[in-house]
Amino acid sequence: MADVNRGNRPLSPHLTIYRPQLTSITSILVRITGNALIVGAFLVIWWLLAASTSPENFAIADGVIRSWFGKLVMLGSIWALWYHTLGGIRHLIWDNAVGLDLPTAYKLGWALVIGSFVLTVITVIAL
Amino acid sequence: MRYLTDRKRAVGMGSAKSGTAHFWAMKVSSVALLILVPLFVLTFGSILGAPYQEVLAYYQRPFPAIVAALTLIVGLEHFQSGAQVLIEDYVHGTAEKISIILVKCLAYGMMATGLFAIAKLAL
Repeated sequence: MADVNRGNRPLSPHLTIYRPQLTSITSILVRITGNALIVGAFLVIWWLLAASTSPENFAIADGVIRSWFGKLVMLGSIWALWYHTLGGIRHLIWDNAVGLDLPTAYKLGWALVIGSFVLTVITVIAL
Repeated sequence: MRYLTDRKRAVGMGSAKSGTAHFWAMKVSSVALLILVPLFVLTFGSILGAPYQEVLAYYQRPFPAIVAALTLIVGLEHFQSGAQVLIEDYVHGTAEKISIILVKCLAYGMMATGLFAIAKLAL
């Protein structure tokens, strides 16, 4: 019944309060990679649009995507894509209320980190 | 001090009642992307770096074009849904509403652009 304080109460996600841990860092990285993928998507769509319009436009977009800067963005995007994909699988597992205990959560966290780098290396070698 | 019961204070202040639908949409699109993303990486990755004429010929084939189109549709739909939650967590007030509208414009604009390009390449 009391008139509670509705102002300046702490709001989630409390980024500055908790000490960073493997679980929290791997979690925030899922969000960062997912949203950062818009940059890679932008490059890919520009490349497709350029290819569909003229050889001159294609030469420009293809030149940018294959420049050292473009390659850096694409490499980062491949890693982000695999990281976010593995993070998504982890969420699909967690949605069944399994793997939420600390030892399993840490194992899943390391699987996420190591798996994303392994998949990135495989992608770069294979393609 | 206002004489209101806790219930009276809470009524009408709840969620927009669309949380479950949002969660389920993310879950369904994420499962679809588990299949689409490897296929897109495989197809796009194998043609990136090829000369102009080869790229044109490649995307005239149904499989690479359909995979690319589906990946853009489901991927950007998944993106706008997730980016909305990101904004809802960190931005509040009018800026929150404007940011959500802008991010949806960006996502659907990119989706339409990509689909136009793929259709033009394929046909």
